[in-house]
Amino acid sequence: MPAYAIRDAEALERRSSPDRPAVVFTNVSLAFDEKAVLRDVSFSLLPGHTKIILGASGSGKSTILKLILGLLKPDGGEIWVHGTRVDHISEAEMMKVRSHLGMVFQEGALFDSLTVAENVGYKLYEETDMPLEDVRRRVEEVLGFVRLSEHIDKMPSELSGGQRRRVAIARAMAFKPPTLLYDEATTGLDPITATTIDEEVVKLRDVENVSSIVVTHQLRDAFFVATHEAVRQGTNIEITPADSKKCDEAEFIMLKDGLITFEGNAAELRASTDPYIRTFLS
Amino acid sequence: MLSFLTHWIKSALLEVQEYVRLQAQTVRGVFSRPFYFHDVVEQFDAIGIGSLTVVLLTGFFTGAVLALQSGVTLDQFGARPFVGRLVSASMIKELGPVLTGLMLAGRIGSGIAAELGSMVVTDQINALRALGTDPVRKLVVPRVLAGFFMAPVLTVISDSVGILGGWLIAVYQLRVASSLYWTSITDALYVQDAWMGIIKPFILGYVIVTIGCFVGLRTTGGTQGVGRATTNAVVAASVAVIAVDFFVTRLLFTLLY
Repeated sequence: MPAYAIRDAEALERRSSPDRPAVVFTNVSLAFDEKAVLRDVSFSLLPGHTKIILGASGSGKSTILKLILGLLKPDGGEIWVHGTRVDHISEAEMMKVRSHLGMVFQEGALFDSLTVAENVGYKLYEETDMPLEDVRRRVEEVLGFVRLSEHIDKMPSELSGGQRRRVAIARAMAFKPPTLLYDEATTGLDPITATTIDEEVVKLRDVENVSSIVVTHQLRDAFFVATHEAVRQGTNIEITPADSKKCDEAEFIMLKDGLITFEGNAAELRASTDPYIRTFLS
Repeated sequence: MLSFLTHWIKSALLEVQEYVRLQAQTVRGVFSRPFYFHDVVEQFDAIGIGSLTVVLLTGFFTGAVLALQSGVTLDQFGARPFVGRLVSASMIKELGPVLTGLMLAGRIGSGIAAELGSMVVTDQINALRALGTDPVRKLVVPRVLAGFFMAPVLTVISDSVGILGGWLIAVYQLRVASSLYWTSITDALYVQDAWMGIIKPFILGYVIVTIGCFVGLRTTGGTQGVGRATTNAVVAASVAVIAVDFFVTRLLFTLLY
């Protein structure tokens, strides 16, 4: 297993896990015109845990992330994010809630006109009073965490697909949000690059106690995140197969036509006899 | 047929409502924090300095061709020495603002729609919101401020080089005395003309940029949608320049003269 140097000592010591769930969905429904995208979706994400949302294209996976971020509003139900009900609040109030959330978009969604450093430190540069030297230091730290330090002054167009996703992860974690949302972070990447992304997800969850919601239809990546853990070995971090307790902290949700058809851990998913799940897993 | 008409009217009203809402958000963004000063400076440079070449060329050749055409016509009445009057009045009251507006619609309207449209289809706008930034304050407000304040500056420059172009033709081709040309320019102008020539570009600049931003931010349909948005922005902004010019001219005639 690969070993990584710990770059973010400060982050390691922060955030004891409160009992309050990071995200709660209660009977959430959403339709676009006549088409129901989500129907009575309910789940909760505990701090430091992982929810892996599986489903075919158009099943409503990414919509869930957009609802959490307040980029969309549900037609019915309640959505709570870190103790704030977000389904009916204004955009200005939502801005405060978003400081608890980091999002890794499909394809990265990096800002084309900014360098890697400016992308990663965007929120700190633009939305905080943090001194520029401190921002730069933090940017160097998180780029070190995703092992892209040498690309700090490049433009996004000079990076490969995998590197862009890792910069997107660095940008999402730079302001230390307690919850990270991953929207198809490995789609379109080769298996080796996808594994490096998966390892970043595991490291952030286990080393920094970040709660994660991973939306994907890549089963290989989903099971990797669910069945591995990051362990500190001195000053290094190793990715190893997770014990059963850790595996239970990663819960799968299977969406079909806007409905949750399965909720459980990796072992339960593998053992499911549901024909749709069997087809999906095969 | 009726349902199609109802649907079309509803869609049109929705577009108007959203356009008005964007303008309200923009005005609120100008007068409240956070204010992205760095982006405002950047847009003043991009819209103002970046459009200088096209405005200089358009203004110069318009003034020159105006002198050339009107010189021939004025000759029929033995009024060739008055060519300066015609050039200055046409450039300052009408052609300067409208042609500068049309050039800005082509250059700025399309650029803004394409840039914001690309940001929409690649999720960069959503990424901005996820990072706690209001896209209207960050992207629209700086562009609208730059369009509003730089359009009059560019129009004055266009008027000036247009009159200069007219002078070159008047002196070297029509053989009008230089002093006569310059005297006839000032003789023909009233203060109201100058007001009209300076008020119109403020409004045209605002309209061009808000249309570009509105169309860009409502882009859908991937890269094909970006192309469509760019075309729509140029067409809408160009038509708006001509239409708004008419209504503002009508209004200013009532108010100023």
